[in-house]
Amino acid sequence: MRLQAAGVKLGYGERIVVDGLDLGIEAGTATTIIGPNGCGKSTLLRALGRLLKPQGGEVLLDGKRIDKIPTREVAKILGVLPQAPIAPEGLTVADLVARGRHPHQTWYRQWSSDDEGAVTEALDMTGLADLAERPLDELSGGQRQRAWISMALAQGTDLLLLDEPTTFLDLAHQVEVLELVRHLHRQAGRTVVMVLHDLNLAARYADRLVAMRGGRVISSGTPHEVLTEELLGEVFELDAKVIEDPVAGTPLVVPIGPRTRPAGPAA
Amino acid sequence: MTTLPLRVGGLSWQVRPRAVVLTLAGLVLLALLMALNMRIGDLEMNLADVVTGTFDADSAGHFVIMELRLPRALTGALVGAALALSGAIIQSIARNPLASPEILGVTTGASVTVVAGVVASGSVYGGVSGLLSTLGIPALALLGGLLGAAVVYGLAWRRGLDGYRLVLVGIGVAAVFTNVKFWLLTVGDVNDTSRAMIWISGSLNGRGWEHVTPTALALAVLVPLTLLGTRSLDALRFGDETVTALGVRMNPARALLILAAVLLAAVATASAGPIAFVALASPQIALRLVRAGRPPLLCSAVIGGVLTTGADLIARTAFSPLELPVGIVTAVLGAPYLIHLIWRSRK
Repeated sequence: MRLQAAGVKLGYGERIVVDGLDLGIEAGTATTIIGPNGCGKSTLLRALGRLLKPQGGEVLLDGKRIDKIPTREVAKILGVLPQAPIAPEGLTVADLVARGRHPHQTWYRQWSSDDEGAVTEALDMTGLADLAERPLDELSGGQRQRAWISMALAQGTDLLLLDEPTTFLDLAHQVEVLELVRHLHRQAGRTVVMVLHDLNLAARYADRLVAMRGGRVISSGTPHEVLTEELLGEVFELDAKVIEDPVAGTPLVVPIGPRTRPAGPAA
Repeated sequence: MTTLPLRVGGLSWQVRPRAVVLTLAGLVLLALLMALNMRIGDLEMNLADVVTGTFDADSAGHFVIMELRLPRALTGALVGAALALSGAIIQSIARNPLASPEILGVTTGASVTVVAGVVASGSVYGGVSGLLSTLGIPALALLGGLLGAAVVYGLAWRRGLDGYRLVLVGIGVAAVFTNVKFWLLTVGDVNDTSRAMIWISGSLNGRGWEHVTPTALALAVLVPLTLLGTRSLDALRFGDETVTALGVRMNPARALLILAAVLLAAVATASAGPIAFVALASPQIALRLVRAGRPPLLCSAVIGGVLTTGADLIARTAFSPLELPVGIVTAVLGAPYLIHLIWRSRK
């Protein structure tokens, strides 16, 4: 087990979002956490990436308590891309990606040839080599997201946590980013954990799905096991048909309507 | 190419040629201004007089150079550098070009304690220029600066330190301190308060080696420590979650850098009073000259030294024989610059 949450209690001050949750992420899997707004999926991902300290229970990275490992050492094993990350104004793509080398540097070794190699490789893998000297704020949403992923790649970790990497992107750019994530997962056997909103894309780009509601895991397994009409009703309160995605063969959710219909014109 | 790799064996750095050139140019300019400061004054000297005055203890100019002009110019350069470095740190951490040690409560805190000390010890004519001014005022200022910073820090801390909150709290505390200062000035004896006014404008008048030595020692310790924190400073410009994701212990890193900024500003203020705008303007000038993402530390410090030394030259000579506090000159030069900055940030 690469990453594990054992009985974690998570929240913000008094407000508890997740209580007593268990989840294990196995090496080399691509897991996507799905669930309605406010179900605690991002909170869980933040805890797995030690961005949020559990109020109870523990998070284990390779069997060791993540809060007992120096945060710099964690950064060499695990890369986290927060939701809507903030970069300093005017920063270029190359500068951003170079920042990913931070955990590997010291004051006397600030820009080794290893650093340079890792940054070049990360830029190449994300197809950003030509845009390296462009300021981040001049890029399109999809390019910008690729730049952030590139920074996490330069960190050289084989475990990547991505919190809604496709928010604010149009469908074409969502697919572009997820194709990149899939490539990273397959190419070097990286373990990936993502939070996604789009169920069909989640089914297509993950080999494990975790469905959450109200701070609890309702179901986990392969997309076929998890994305059933029954589960959509239970987790999303959605009446839907699940058919086969004609392109990828994965489950495809076709919504019919909310289970409890709001007041409105009768159908 | 804005940066070049510098690698020696297992050691490696990234160097900005532009920053190196500008820092060196700044040092040359600083040396020129210092030389001008040696020459110009009530006793005009040519360069030969300055050289003999410096090295020949029996020459006519020796006292003027070694006891009056040199320590004063050195204090100005060191204080300017310390203020600018402090400002560069704070502006990077607060991610705000309008941040300065003033919002950390250092300068305003120092002003309050100094004015309070002057007013309390008052009525005795000359009490300020006597013992209190050589040892008492710098000590009071240092104490007040650190206390002021502690107040701001304490109020701004909420399970961590947020740059934006720090700026807001700092502005509020500065306003309170400033009003306490004005209240003290109105209740104090007129002779005392007029002396206090010179101090709180920031003045290099009568600064001697007793000011140079502590400032130089403080810089000798704090500058290398700050440079060690450069990488953290680069990481801290990102959002909090990214900072942690990169393996930086965010709160300790931020607290240490702020502590360095507070100490730099407090030491500078203790030596020369709260000289306005140097801490605010120097990092922004350096930033624009070097075209970096955040204020470059060493270059800011050199520019701070140049600004303060240059301003003091104007302060000493512009209305000779009348002398202005250097803080008035920096304020007059700095105000339009501040307006320019605000104007730019509005767009």
